Amino acid sequence: MGLAASQEDFAQALLHAERPMPAGITTARGQADAARFAVYRNNVHVGLTKALAQRFPVTEQLVGAAFFTAMARLYAQDNKPASPRIIDYGDDFPAFIAAFEPAAELAYLADVASLEAAWTRAYHAADAGLLDLSVLAAVAPDALPNLRLAAHPSAALIRSPHPVGSIWGAHQSATVPPMEAWDAETVLVVRPDMHVNVHIIPAQDGIFAQALFGGAPLGEAAEAAFAHEPAFDFGAALVGLHALGAFAGIHQGDVP
Amino acid sequence: MMDAATRPARLPDRLPNRAGLGLKPEHYGHVLEHRPDIGFFEVHAENYMGAGGPPHRYLESVAKLYPLSLHGVGLSIGAARPLDRVHLSRLRTLVERYKPQSFSEHLAWSTHDTGFLNDLLPLPYTDETLARVIDHVDEAQQAIGQRLLLENPSTYVLFEDSTIDEIDFLEEIAARTGCGLLLDVNNVMVSSVNHRLDPHTYMDRFPVGRIGEIHLAGYDETVDGAGERLLIDAHGSPVKADVMALYEHALARTGPVPTLIEWDNDVPDFATLQAEAVRAEARIAREAGRRNRQTRAA
Repeated sequence: MGLAASQEDFAQALLHAERPMPAGITTARGQADAARFAVYRNNVHVGLTKALAQRFPVTEQLVGAAFFTAMARLYAQDNKPASPRIIDYGDDFPAFIAAFEPAAELAYLADVASLEAAWTRAYHAADAGLLDLSVLAAVAPDALPNLRLAAHPSAALIRSPHPVGSIWGAHQSATVPPMEAWDAETVLVVRPDMHVNVHIIPAQDGIFAQALFGGAPLGEAAEAAFAHEPAFDFGAALVGLHALGAFAGIHQGDVP
Repeated sequence: MMDAATRPARLPDRLPNRAGLGLKPEHYGHVLEHRPDIGFFEVHAENYMGAGGPPHRYLESVAKLYPLSLHGVGLSIGAARPLDRVHLSRLRTLVERYKPQSFSEHLAWSTHDTGFLNDLLPLPYTDETLARVIDHVDEAQQAIGQRLLLENPSTYVLFEDSTIDEIDFLEEIAARTGCGLLLDVNNVMVSSVNHRLDPHTYMDRFPVGRIGEIHLAGYDETVDGAGERLLIDAHGSPVKADVMALYEHALARTGPVPTLIEWDNDVPDFATLQAEAVRAEARIAREAGRRNRQTRAA
C-alpha cells in the first residue's frame, strides 16, 4: 500500500471506533495491538473535547462535565477542525447544540454557547482603533443618514429570547447567584483594547447595531430600530454603542 | 533574578545553551511583571495565528525580553498529501513578525480530508516516506525563510513496511535538507520502552552535531493489550527520573544545548515550571563545567 492509501486507512480507523485497526501496524512482538492504536483515537477525541471545554466553560457548567463531554464527543466525531488553526475550532458548536435533542430542554444553551464563541473570536480578532466622534460631528446633518459605520473587528451581537448575558455573567464568579428575572436579552461582545467585554444592551439598540454591522447606513438602521421601539433614542444609542467600542470608523468612501 | 536594566539590549541570534519554558497564557502577567531569569520561551505557532488580540500583544512584549522558539504542531510534514500552503504562509507571517531564534516541527502527520486530526500521527520509515519528508522539509524551509529543527516522535505502534531505522531516517533528512534536529529525550524514552529498544543506544547513535534544541517532558504510564508497559507522551507532569538520567547521558555527548521543559496539560503555577527549568539548567551547567575542566587539563 502506498503512503497516501495507508494514511487514509489509518485516518478512517482513527475516526471510526467500529472499524478494524489499519493494515500494516504492528509491535515489537510482531502483533498489532488494539490498546496501542486506541492511544491515537483517544488523543484525537480528548484533544478536541478539551479544546471545546476550554472555549465553552459556561456551557460546560450549565450541563455538567459528563453531559458536556458526551455532547462534545458527538460533535467532534463529525466535525474536525478545518485547519491546524485550532483557535477557530467550535465556531459551529452552538448550531450543533441548538439541534442536539438531549439538550432541547435547555432552550438557552445554544445562545450561551454563541456568546462564548463570540468571546473567543473577539479575543483573537484584529486590533483596531475606535471611531473618532469628531469625524462624525464634522459630517453635514443631511449627509448623516447615508453614512455607514464600520463595525469594530471584535464586535458581535447575540440577540436571544433568553437572558443569555445575565446567565453568562452569573457564571463568571465562583458562586452563581440566582437569576432574578427571565427576560430576552441582546448582548454586545466587543474588545476595544486588551479586554473582551460583554454588555447587555437595549433590544432596539441591538437592532440598530445589527443593521449597522450589516452595512446599512445610519438612517436605515435607525428606522429599523424605530419600527421595533418608537421610543428609540438615535443619539443616545449611537453615542452609547460608540462608547462601548462597537465601531472602528466611518466606511471608506462615505467620508465627505 | 536578572535586572531589566542590565539585560543586554540585543538578544542573541540563536537560543542560549540554557533551560527554557513554554509560555502559557496563565503566566503572561507573571512573566512580564517579574521577568524571571529563564533562558528562553517557546510557543506553539498555532496558538498565535489569530489576527490580533492579547496573545500577540503579550508575545510581542515577551519576545523583546527573551529569545523565542517557535514550535509548530500542525504542519503535517509526514503526510502523503502536499503541505498546506495557507498554513505555511501563516508560519512565515509569524516568523517575519517575531523573528524567533528557532523554528521547529515534528516528524509526524495530522491532515485528512475530513479536517485536521489534532494529533501527531506516526509514519512508516521507507524510501517513499523519506523522499516525501525531504521534499516537505525543503518546501517548509524555503517558505518560512529559516532553518527548521525536526523533532523525533514518540510512537505507540510500529509499521510492517518500515525498512529504515528512525535515526538513519532523521540523519538522512538532515543531510539532504540542511535542517537541524530537535532531540526530544522524553520521546526517546517513550518510543524505546514502547518498542523494546535501549534508549541509551538510541542516544549514542543520535547525530549530535545536528541538534539545535532538546525537549524534556513528563510521560504517563499504562499497559498495552498484552500487559506490556506502554508509555504515553503526556506533557502533564514533572520530568521523570529515568528521562533526566537519559538527558544527562545525552548532554555528555552533545555538550550544553538549549533545553525546553514541555508542560502543556494541567499547567502548574510558574514557580513549579521554573523549578523544572532549574533542574535542567543545573545539568547543563554541570556539563559545561566538566568540559571546561577537560579543556584546562588538556
